[in-house]
Amino acid sequence: MTTMTTTTNTTTTVLDASGVTMRFGGLTAVRNVDLTVNAGEIVGLIGPNGAGKTTFFNCLTGLYVPTEGKVSYKGTVLPPKPHLVTKAGIARTFQNIRLFANMTVLENVLVGRHTRTKEGLWSALLRLPGFTKAEQASHERAMELLEFIGLQDKADHLARNLPYGDQRKLEIARALASDPGLLLLDEPTAGMNPQETRVTEELIFAIRDQGIAVLVIEHDMRFIFNLSDRVACLVQGEKLVEGTAEVVQSDERVIAAYLGTPFEGAPGAEEVAEVEAAEAEAVASTGTSPKDTTTTEEEDTR
Amino acid sequence: MTTQKALIPLPAPIARIATATGAAVALAGTFLPWTWTSEFPGDLTVTGYPGGLQILTLTAAILTLLFTLCGYGIRGLRWLTPGGTNSPVRLLALATLGTTGYTIGAIAYELGGVVNLEPGAWVSGIGALIAFLAALGLPSDEPLPADGPPANAWQRFRNSLAAPSVGRAKPLPGWGEILIITAAFAVALYVFTYCIDIPTEESEQFIGFLITAGFTFTALTRAGIIARITALTTKHRNVTLIAALVAAFCFPFTQDTAEFTLIGANILIFATVALGLNVVVGLAGLLDLGYVAFLGVGAYTAALVSGAPLSAIGVQFPFWAAVLTGAAVSLIFGVLIGAPTLRLRGDYLAIVTLGFGEIFRVTVNNLNGNSGPDLTNGSQGIPSIPDLNLFGIDFGLSHDIGPFTLSRPANYYLLLLVVTAVVVLVFRRSGDSRIGRAWVAIREDETAATAMGINAFRLKLLAFALGATLAGLAGTVQSHVSYTVTPEQYQFAGPVPPNSAFLLAAVILGGMGTLSGPFIGAALLYLIPAKLQFMQDYQLLLFGIALILLMRFRPEGLIADRRKQLEFHENDEPVLVPEPRQPEEADAGITKAGA
Ligand SMILES: Nc1ncnc2c1ncn2[C@@H]1O[C@H](COP(=O)(O)OP(=O)(O)O)[C@@H](O)[C@H]1O
Ligand SMILES: [Mg+2]
Repeated sequence: MTTMTTTTNTTTTVLDASGVTMRFGGLTAVRNVDLTVNAGEIVGLIGPNGAGKTTFFNCLTGLYVPTEGKVSYKGTVLPPKPHLVTKAGIARTFQNIRLFANMTVLENVLVGRHTRTKEGLWSALLRLPGFTKAEQASHERAMELLEFIGLQDKADHLARNLPYGDQRKLEIARALASDPGLLLLDEPTAGMNPQETRVTEELIFAIRDQGIAVLVIEHDMRFIFNLSDRVACLVQGEKLVEGTAEVVQSDERVIAAYLGTPFEGAPGAEEVAEVEAAEAEAVASTGTSPKDTTTTEEEDTR
Repeated sequence: MTTQKALIPLPAPIARIATATGAAVALAGTFLPWTWTSEFPGDLTVTGYPGGLQILTLTAAILTLLFTLCGYGIRGLRWLTPGGTNSPVRLLALATLGTTGYTIGAIAYELGGVVNLEPGAWVSGIGALIAFLAALGLPSDEPLPADGPPANAWQRFRNSLAAPSVGRAKPLPGWGEILIITAAFAVALYVFTYCIDIPTEESEQFIGFLITAGFTFTALTRAGIIARITALTTKHRNVTLIAALVAAFCFPFTQDTAEFTLIGANILIFATVALGLNVVVGLAGLLDLGYVAFLGVGAYTAALVSGAPLSAIGVQFPFWAAVLTGAAVSLIFGVLIGAPTLRLRGDYLAIVTLGFGEIFRVTVNNLNGNSGPDLTNGSQGIPSIPDLNLFGIDFGLSHDIGPFTLSRPANYYLLLLVVTAVVVLVFRRSGDSRIGRAWVAIREDETAATAMGINAFRLKLLAFALGATLAGLAGTVQSHVSYTVTPEQYQFAGPVPPNSAFLLAAVILGGMGTLSGPFIGAALLYLIPAKLQFMQDYQLLLFGIALILLMRFRPEGLIADRRKQLEFHENDEPVLVPEPRQPEEADAGITKAGA
């Protein structure tokens, strides 16, 4: 536990990122971002394409080593190594789905259990007494998670053959398998139809109800404002505002960033509703286009 | 035009009768002499007693006849064709025609003209041709795609060789299933022994074997039998393993010459090392192009402590200690080479391992007391490695067990079988565990794997070191089998199989990540050059062509990974060969035979 964060020293803070900056050569993708997530919270992270949301996630999970700043989880500073971050208790999904395509659904979830099991090579080779028991426990837990997301009947299917929506769900189950205290979701509804989006929303609430804090990146405004207790808006790598849905929704700069033009006059309730409707319409009419854009967008995770 | 239309417009009953007749004629022809002189290998001059290539034609003709009869829906034969009914007949007729045609061609070519053919060859040849043409008149098992442009003749021919995939089998009683597995391995052992026992000079017979075997195997696949047997072996994995082990154990007892047993022993070494490589390449996805160096490390270590007169270390360890030392030294080298290189990904790793493989060979060449300290005796290698003496059995001598004689190679073969069993066990158990899943996850997507909490570097190092240890283990026995270790045995590519390129090829040909794949790959890659000595000069060229064809037509290898099987057959029993979704499938059989 370190300096200056004395106020967050309460047990409720799960994630505390302070001063996170990520530079790629001359480009500053994330600039001095502070963000906290408390236990039992769903926090939304919004921002236009290229705002640095995914990069920020990568900094949190150790896929990128932030140029400046530090990330701590439940009071401990995290080393920038992805497997240690997961071990500490932060699990994530990817914007462009990264399942283990040639493994079965069940195996994908079992891989997620990796950090919570210990059986090493010798145990596997000699089938030491603990081995079968541990494997069985892992299987049970994995099946439980598959039931939770509703894929128990497809446990033996190859991940690559799942429909798109199921792949997204499986990625969540795989992340949950590491028993995280904080789940990071990178655009979990990208490319989904409204009905699938609603199911995902329910799923995220259910995850929260299990005591797992959630930090979610999303484009779909309606979805995110519905879901989140708190929303932060990232624009050009900087955190513009943070607050409840209402606060962010009515912030001129956010609207400007999204609509591209300065917004005149005080934003009344009507205007907000208008913006929302336009947003929803845009999402509905473009259909699958978010998916297409995202794949090109996120070459960066490595 | 109906979609089921046959290639040659014949009423199906007539086509069927004609096929059966043709096959019967071809069969009868094998009992007549095919040529007048016994100069042609296999002695095809005897009446009433088929020999050499005639036996292959005979086998193919009998199978053609049998599967044609299946077409009549005779009860008790239906189990033979759970998949396609007519496409196997066509393929088997093709096998008959191919083998007979090849034989006729070879006789005419070698003895100088068609005049050297006796009537028997014509009878079989014409019978096979009739059978094949008539078989083309049988209706297709698979409808042509209804949409799209009308298929041309070639497309329709390929379609006529396609067959639907099989559904789930009715479960038999447990003992019945085990009996089938046992029978399958008995057949496999028989075919393998037949293949090994083809005299080295008689390459004609081996080519004929490849033609017959290639088409027959494809036919059985189309018929769905292979799928059924594979389903059984997946269901009873332990029984299968034991059956395979027993079959392998029986092999030296079927041999009465040391020559062919030695081939068996060499194949076993090759396959075992390939299986070790499969941990590294197939499971963890690390492309290691210098793997044979670890075999070399194990072999040299064992040679040094074997008490060989030219060993720089004049000690003689007991065998178990030599094995442990060899494996341990290999392990150390594996870690030393792996630790700095495994931080690299993909192509870089391949290039660095290729370099290390060569460094090993060059170093061993130079540790001769002239250009370096005297350790390995340079390019001369360490000769006269003494034979093992375990449990009071001198491995250098022949031993009589009842009616059987176990020659020196047979002794080593049986010892190697123990090593193979160990490697098989390690492969299976490590693959089927938390560690194995982590390896596959790294192979699939390293970034995602690390984000799931896998320490990728550690696990890759583990795979690399384990692979090295297994190769070292095999190397300790190999040095005794081959009497001598020289640097030239352990190069990247060379004429004699266990070298890095062939090992990798065996893994890829057989099927990456599978247990049985490396064995099949190794057997083919060892036997084909060994039995076809005339193509020795072009061996690497042909090898390259075969690999290209393989990658084009069957990138998953002969045995598809369980996971890849699922890819093609999501909802039914895992089967050996993907359903004929790709139009190239028909060619795959030919590729297989020629690979
Ligand atoms: N590895 C990288 N190298 C260079 N630039 C990168 C890298 N990763 C991301 N970026 C840049 O950082 C910016 C933010 O990208 P990203 O975090 O993916 O945005 P988004 O908010 O849409 O997820 C983009 O301009 C992107 O091009
Ligand atoms: Mg993004």
